[in-house]
Amino acid sequence: MDPLDYPSLLGGAVVVAPLLLVALLGVASLVGRPLSETASARAVAAVTLFGLLATLAVFAFMVAADTRHVVVGSAEWVHLESDPPEPPYHFAIKFVFDKLSIPFVALTFALLGTVGAFAGRYMHREPGYNRFFVLYSVFLAGMVTAALAGTIETLFLGWELVGLSSALLVGFFHERPAPVRNALRVWVVYRVSDAALLLAAVFLHHMSGAGDFDKLTGYREAAGQEVAAWPDGVCQLEPIQVWVVGGLLLLAAAGKSALVPFSGWLPRAMEGPTPSSALFYGALSVHLGAFLLLRMDPLLDASPELSNAVLVLGLATAALAALAARVQTDIKSVLSFASLTQVGLIVAEIGLGWRYVPLVHLIGHACLRTLQFVRAPSILRDHHALENAVGDRLPRPSGGWLGAVGGWAYRYGLERGYLDAALDRFLVRPFLVAIRTLDAWERRAAAALNGVAAPPTPPKEDRPA
Amino acid sequence: MNVFDLPWVEIAVAAPLLGAAAVRFARTTEAAGRIATLVTAVSLVAGVLAWVALLAGEAPPRVGLFVELLGRELFLVDRLSGPLLPLVALLHLLTIVTTARVKMNRMSFTGHLVGESIRLATFACVEPWPLVALLAVSTVPPYLELVGRKKPTRVYVLHMALFVGLLVGGVAGLSAGVWWAPAALMAAVLVRSGTVPAHLWVADLFEHATFGTALLFATPIAGVYAAIRLVLPVAPEWVLQSIGIASQVTAVYAAGLAVVQTDARRFFAYLFLSHASLVLIGLELHTATSLSGALGLWVSAALSLGGLGLVLRALEARHGRLTLTRFHGLYDQTPELAVGFLLMGLGCVGFPGTLGFVAVEVLVDGALNVNLSVGIAMVVVAALNGIAVVRAYLLLFTGTRHRSAIPLPVTARERVAVLVLSALLLVGGLAPQYLLADRRAAVKSLAYPPPAPAENR
Repeated sequence: MDPLDYPSLLGGAVVVAPLLLVALLGVASLVGRPLSETASARAVAAVTLFGLLATLAVFAFMVAADTRHVVVGSAEWVHLESDPPEPPYHFAIKFVFDKLSIPFVALTFALLGTVGAFAGRYMHREPGYNRFFVLYSVFLAGMVTAALAGTIETLFLGWELVGLSSALLVGFFHERPAPVRNALRVWVVYRVSDAALLLAAVFLHHMSGAGDFDKLTGYREAAGQEVAAWPDGVCQLEPIQVWVVGGLLLLAAAGKSALVPFSGWLPRAMEGPTPSSALFYGALSVHLGAFLLLRMDPLLDASPELSNAVLVLGLATAALAALAARVQTDIKSVLSFASLTQVGLIVAEIGLGWRYVPLVHLIGHACLRTLQFVRAPSILRDHHALENAVGDRLPRPSGGWLGAVGGWAYRYGLERGYLDAALDRFLVRPFLVAIRTLDAWERRAAAALNGVAAPPTPPKEDRPA
Repeated sequence: MNVFDLPWVEIAVAAPLLGAAAVRFARTTEAAGRIATLVTAVSLVAGVLAWVALLAGEAPPRVGLFVELLGRELFLVDRLSGPLLPLVALLHLLTIVTTARVKMNRMSFTGHLVGESIRLATFACVEPWPLVALLAVSTVPPYLELVGRKKPTRVYVLHMALFVGLLVGGVAGLSAGVWWAPAALMAAVLVRSGTVPAHLWVADLFEHATFGTALLFATPIAGVYAAIRLVLPVAPEWVLQSIGIASQVTAVYAAGLAVVQTDARRFFAYLFLSHASLVLIGLELHTATSLSGALGLWVSAALSLGGLGLVLRALEARHGRLTLTRFHGLYDQTPELAVGFLLMGLGCVGFPGTLGFVAVEVLVDGALNVNLSVGIAMVVVAALNGIAVVRAYLLLFTGTRHRSAIPLPVTARERVAVLVLSALLLVGGLAPQYLLADRRAAVKSLAYPPPAPAENR
C-alpha cells in the first residue's frame, strides 16, 4: 500500500470513531437498553484515546511526508446531474488535516477524554447519566466534524450538532424550569448563528458552485503540488462576495462564541452539569466561533474593513466580559465571563491579522479554563476547610476599581451590559407582540366563521417560554 | 408472469376498502383493530412492491380491472408517486398500530380505511377528472367526523367547498380553453395547501377533528400532488410566481405562529403549514434543482411530520389535550416519546443527520439560483421552525416532573413506530443520494415550463 494512504485511513478513522460512539450510545438508548455506567465510560475513554492517537499519527505522517494539507473523504455525498443550462448539484463531505485543524481536533479529543473520565465519576448514579453521555457523544462528533471540515456544509453539519447538544445539556436538570428556560434562550441564539452560517454556505455554494473552502481560502493543489495551506491561503472571491460571506460568518461566530451583542447566553448556560460547562462554555464550544474566524482568515486578509469589525467586536466583548466578571456572585458565572474575556481577546488578535498567536492563546486558554471549571465544585469546600484551619475568615476581595468608578459601572456589569434587555426589548418583544396579535386575530376569525365564541387569550404569566 | 406483473397499485387501493367492509362484521373492537392492521400492512406491502417493480424496470401491469373496463389504467405508479404510495400506507399503518386500546372503540376503523383507500387512489391517479373526483371525495370523511363529534364545521366546509369549486371550475376551464383556468387551479391548490389567507381550516381541523384523522388528511400534502399533476404542466409564469409569493409569505408567517402557539395541536398545524408552503415554493421556482429539493422535502416532511403527529397523539392518549402554556415534564414517564418528538421535529426542519437536511440544502440552493429573497426566507423559516420545535419539546417534556397515579410507559407498538420512523429518517439522512437521485428522476419525468430568467423575477 502506498504510504501516503495511511494518513487518509487514519484521518477517516478520526472522523468515524465519534460517529460510532453516537450510534452505540444512541441506538442502545433508543431501543430501551442503555449501556451500563462502566460500559459507557469505557466506550468514551476508548474512542477519545483512539481519536487522539490517530490524530497524532496523522500529524506524524504529515511531518514525515513534509506535507501541510491532507484531504480525507472528498467523495461526493450527493450529486445531482446537470439539467442544462442549470449546473449539476454537488454536496461533498470533505475533511482537512492542516496546521489549524490538527491542534484543534487534538485539543478536542484530549479535553473530551479528560472531562469524560471526570464526568464518569461526577455523574455517578445521576438519573440522567445515560442522557448526558449520549449528548456528550453528539457533541464530540459535532466538534470533530466542525474542526476538520473541508467544506462549509460539512462545517455546518458539525456546527448544528454542537449547538443542539450544548442547548440540551444546558437544560440537563430538566425537572426545574430555570435550566429549561435558559436552554431555550441558548437555542434561540444558536439558531440565529446557524441561520447566518447556512446563508453563508448557500451564498458560497451559489457563487462558486461548491462549498469547498478552497474557493474561500485558496487551499488547492495544482498537479499534485500544494499551492497554499492554512494560514497562507488567498481568497478567490470578489470584494462584494467577501463582504457578504464574511459578514454572515462573523455573525455566526458572534452567536456561537457569545460575542457582543449575544453575550447574555453564556452565564445562562452555566445551569448545566459542571463537566458540560467546562467543555462547552469554558473550553471548546465557546471557541468554535474564533476557530471559524481563523478558518476564514483569507477573507479577513482580503478585507481590512472586515478585520477591523472583528477587532472591534473582540475588544468590545473582552471589555464587557471583564466588567461583568468583577460583579458576579457565583464561581461558575465568574469563570464564564473570565472565559468570555479571553475569547474576546482571541477574536481581537484575529482581527489584528495574527494567526498563530490566537491559536496558541485558544489552546492554552481552553486547557486552563477546563481545569478551573472542573475544580469549581470542590473549591468551595476547600475554602471552608482553609477558614476552619486558620480560625478566621479569609480576606475577601473588595469591589476593586469598579467602586471607585461609580455605581453605574457596577450596575452595568451586573446587568451584563444590558445586552439581553436590549435584545428582548427591541427584537424579541416586538416580534412576539406582533405574532401573538396575529394569532389572536386568527382565532377570532375562525370562531366568527364557525359561529362560536372566541377562545380567551391565555394570560401572560402562563407563558413560560 | 412474475410477481411484479400483478396489479399492486390496485391491490394497495382495494385492500383497505375490503378491510373497511370486513371490520363491520368484526365481533369485538380488538378483532376490528386486527383486521385494520392486517389490511393496512397488505396495502403497505403492495405499495412497496409497486414501487420496486417500477425501479426494477418492469412494465406497468396490464391485468388491472380498469384496463378491462376503460381500456386504460386509472391507477398507476410512476417516478413521482413511487415512494409516495408506501409513505401514505406506512403513515396509515403506524396510525392504527399506535392507537391506544382505550381509544379503539372511539376510532372509526371503517372511516380510517376508506380514507386510506381514497388517499392511495389519489396519489396513484394521473388523469385530471378522476383526480379531481378523488380530491373532492377525500374531503368528505373529515366532514362526517366533525358532524359526528358535534363540532363546528363551517370553516372546514367553506374552505373545502371553495377548493372543490375552484378545482372543478379550473379543470373544466382548461377543457374549454378559458384564460382563467390555470388561475382557478392555482387558487384550488393554495386553498388545499392552507396558504394564507385560506389557511384557517387547517388549525380548525386539528382543533376539532380527532388527531389521527387530521394528521392523515394533512400530512401527505395532497395539495402539492394536485399542483404537480394539474397546475405545473399548464401554468403560465405569473401563476407559478403567484404560488411562490403566497407560499413564501405563508411559510414565514406559519413558522412565526408556530413559535407562539399555546396548544400542541395548533403548533403542529402551523408547522405543517410552513412545510407544505416550503414544498410549494420549490415548485414555483421550477428549476430541476429546486424541484428535486422540493420533492425530497415533501417525502421527508411527510415522514417526519407524520411521526411527530403520532408522538403527540400518543401523548394525548395519556394526558388529554396538551397546552403549551406551562411545563408538563413528561420526559421521565415516556423518554422514548421525548426522543421521538425531538428526532421527528428536528427531522422536519432539516437538521443535519436527518433525511431533510440535504433536501432543504438542495431546495435553498435551487432557490438562490433564481431568487435571492426566496433563499433567505427559507433560511428564516428553518430557524423559526427549529425554535418552535425545541420550545414545544421543552414545554411538553421538561420543566417539572409529571406525577400520575398509574405508570404510563410507552407501549411496545409505540416503541416500534418510533423506531421505524427514526430509522427511516436517520438512515435516509446518512445516505440522502438515493432519495434525491430518485426525486431528480421524478423531476425529469414531469412536464413543466422552462423557468423565467432570474433577472425577470
